[in-house]
Amino acid sequence: MNTCINKIRELALELLDKKEVEKVIGFANGTIPLATSPIAITSKQDIEKLVFNSTCGLNLANYLRDQKGKIAVIAKGCDTRNIVTHIVENQIKRDQLFIIGVPCNGMIDQFKIAALFNDEIIEFSEDGDTLNIKSSLKEEKLYKKDYLRENCKVCMHKNPVIYDVLAMDLVEEQTLDNPYPDVDKIEAMDSDKKWQHFQDLTKNCIRCYACKNACPLCYCPTCFVDESSPQWVGKGQNKTDVNTFHYLRAFHCAGRCTDCGACVQACPMDINVRDFTRKLNKDSFEMFGWEAGLDITKRPPLDAYSPDDPDDFIK
Amino acid sequence: MGNLFEHMGIERDRIHFSWISSAEATKFVDVVKEISDKVRALGPNKKLVKDYN
Repeated sequence: MNTCINKIRELALELLDKKEVEKVIGFANGTIPLATSPIAITSKQDIEKLVFNSTCGLNLANYLRDQKGKIAVIAKGCDTRNIVTHIVENQIKRDQLFIIGVPCNGMIDQFKIAALFNDEIIEFSEDGDTLNIKSSLKEEKLYKKDYLRENCKVCMHKNPVIYDVLAMDLVEEQTLDNPYPDVDKIEAMDSDKKWQHFQDLTKNCIRCYACKNACPLCYCPTCFVDESSPQWVGKGQNKTDVNTFHYLRAFHCAGRCTDCGACVQACPMDINVRDFTRKLNKDSFEMFGWEAGLDITKRPPLDAYSPDDPDDFIK
Repeated sequence: MGNLFEHMGIERDRIHFSWISSAEATKFVDVVKEISDKVRALGPNKKLVKDYN
């Protein structure tokens, strides 16, 4: 994956040079190791700022809305699925985009790695499947596959579904007998246990809304949590309000979520926000045979009527 | 939505969906009776309740 950055820079340079696009949206190194942040590059001098490694877990589809002119974007498998969702939902036009597709071998979970160290990580580099991580006390050599994010472990769309050019060869997709083991585990609990599970999950939530800001699906001009008339949900740390926020946000993503993991990546409190959306992904798949963002010509299931829609819940 | 309720630990029988025409008075009675029976069996809801005190 580290070799494709040269190709990405080359493509970006060419696009900017020929003035085919106004800007290139990609990743740049963050202010600390193990973190990358989105960047929009408009001039050739900045091309070296572009990076691509196993910490590029945010979803760049989130930064494509309300843009004028043509833009290039560097997109992993899940990013391209969200781009498809954006196009279907009329947030951007296909001909406004130049998509540099990057087949992805998964991103790493920075919380899991940080937990191995007692002090701050000061250096990170990767070489193929190994990660070299250094703090002032020790140095660790880790295998990337042991520290993948949970959503990357069950990812079945590593390759971009829509692209103009690829930055590296396509990778092999994995097939899973059961892509939803985590949902099954919660489903097996009784009501009270389930309730307790979600109570524990959100107990650290500080309602910073990083999850909704990182989520490419959350683009409403005014989110329901910010509405004041009517006020759908209280604004404080009340448990019921915190839970209402998470459940409602998840439901707004039903049939649209691509399980990109940006919400989990963005959460400063290490809450597995995906526990909320995963159930709806599973339901979409089982009830409508639907996985979000695979086809630019299809409307999402909650947006379209079909006589085959399941209706056994209506009496 | 019923599935999500169930998943988050709120009993499935607390939420009901029905389509009743204004001419179907007996169906309305039957459905409401079934709902109230099921909810009564579950007892008062203690989850996702906001305590204002």
